[in-house]
Amino acid sequence: MKLVIAIIQPHKLEDVKKELYAAEVNLITVSEVLGHGQQKGVTEIYRGAKETGNLLRKVRLEIAVNESFVEPTIKAIIKGAKTGNVGDGKIFVLDLGRCVRIRTNEEGSLAIG
Amino acid sequence: MNMINSGDTAWVLVSSALVLLMTPALAFFYGGMVRKKNVLSILMQCCIILGLISVQWVLFGYSLSFAPGKGFWGGFGWAGLNGVGLEPYADYAGTIPHQAFMVFQMMFAIITPALIIGAFAERMKFSAFLLFTLLWATLVYDPLCHWVWGLGGWLRNMGALDFAGGTVVHINAGIAALATALAIGKRKNIDKGTPTPHNMPFVVLGTGLLWFGWFGFNAGSALAANGLAVNAFVVTNTAAAAAGLSWAIIEWIRNGKPTIFGFCSGAVAGLVAITPAAGFVNVVSAVIIGLLVSVLCFIAVSIIKPMLGYDDSLDAFGVHCIGGIWGALATGLFASKAVNPAGADGLFYGNPAQFKIQLIAVLITLAYSFVMTFVIYKAVDLLLGMRVKEEDEMMGLDLTQHHERAYTVLE
Repeated sequence: MKLVIAIIQPHKLEDVKKELYAAEVNLITVSEVLGHGQQKGVTEIYRGAKETGNLLRKVRLEIAVNESFVEPTIKAIIKGAKTGNVGDGKIFVLDLGRCVRIRTNEEGSLAIG
Repeated sequence: MNMINSGDTAWVLVSSALVLLMTPALAFFYGGMVRKKNVLSILMQCCIILGLISVQWVLFGYSLSFAPGKGFWGGFGWAGLNGVGLEPYADYAGTIPHQAFMVFQMMFAIITPALIIGAFAERMKFSAFLLFTLLWATLVYDPLCHWVWGLGGWLRNMGALDFAGGTVVHINAGIAALATALAIGKRKNIDKGTPTPHNMPFVVLGTGLLWFGWFGFNAGSALAANGLAVNAFVVTNTAAAAAGLSWAIIEWIRNGKPTIFGFCSGAVAGLVAITPAAGFVNVVSAVIIGLLVSVLCFIAVSIIKPMLGYDDSLDAFGVHCIGGIWGALATGLFASKAVNPAGADGLFYGNPAQFKIQLIAVLITLAYSFVMTFVIYKAVDLLLGMRVKEEDEMMGLDLTQHHERAYTVLE
């Protein structure tokens, strides 16, 4: 079992969701986050006071998958999120120790799917 | 010699303030409908129009619109409010200071270009927007205003009835909205799903303030604190209420649930439709005008727009143009001299000629405004480029055009 975490551009979320559904990955959690990588944020000005390096809005996806779905999930995220410009985001893949479905107490790969 | 009437003057001044409030109200109405990365751009566009047109109006806009003249517009005789003083000008309003009439009309000149924003929301460059708005106010609004309301205006002389701005304000802004939506093209990525309004309570707040301000818009157009103003006030409220109800019911039947967004859209459509008719129709006619406008506008925004595929982001055309056309034509149907002896009878009161005059006024407005708006758009596009860069559109206009954001995520 793996936990795939991806940070993507907010406006690419719809594309990524479409690709994930096409790869039969249907269970995702999405949250709004702030951050910046090589893109170095943006400039904001409030009553003349300039703030540089502010954080950009990003979307974070968390997807728990069984081994056979790891590569298709990564491929789908890249296909949906890639524009070729800085700021497209990153994908992290972590080992997942345990997974429990609250409704049924099922565990492991049964609970993920 | 005309005497200034204190009641009339007080009512027109209060009405001017009510109509002024409609522009910030529109900012919230539209601002709630866009994505949160663009809300400040909408508020800013509405607010800067308050600044820009207020100044344009006193310098030359009022003169172009209302100085007496039979030509294309009124000319520059009243530029800088030269000769526009504190005595009444009887041909426009005999019982209030001329400047009270001027400032009341100023508020109409401000909100009209602001209505167009709904069509090109979320993708226009701010600098180009400013130039476009100034040219549009000067070359489209001011001449049309002169034709319909100005002394010597040829639509006015022809006998077209427009109590508070169905042609000048709503059809004019609504068809200009369609022209800009077609010229600027669709927003990026909307084919993958129409963006959801980011703050529905703002839409409701805006609707409430628009409805409130509209009493100044319509009842104030009587230019006196009299029975006609009361008639306009009552039919305005009635039409808005009937249209809000009817939109909600249409949704309930067609989509299974009534929505607050639907009620608000209907109420605004009702206010638009009653605008030209407010001083000429009775309350039963207002109910009919209100009930039917929602049917027409609902068809325009929910069926025709998706079918034709243009991206009028916030339905400025679908509500203001369609609602305005219905209102102007309905005035030709329901107008009655029993309500306003200075008006005319409509088709249902035995005078089919009035309907024909209304139709001509509508067609002239549609043609002139559409063509001129398109020409001005293309000219500014050549000069400055109308549309923001694709990456700026993705990041949002708030950060890229104004270096501000509406909402923080942390703290």
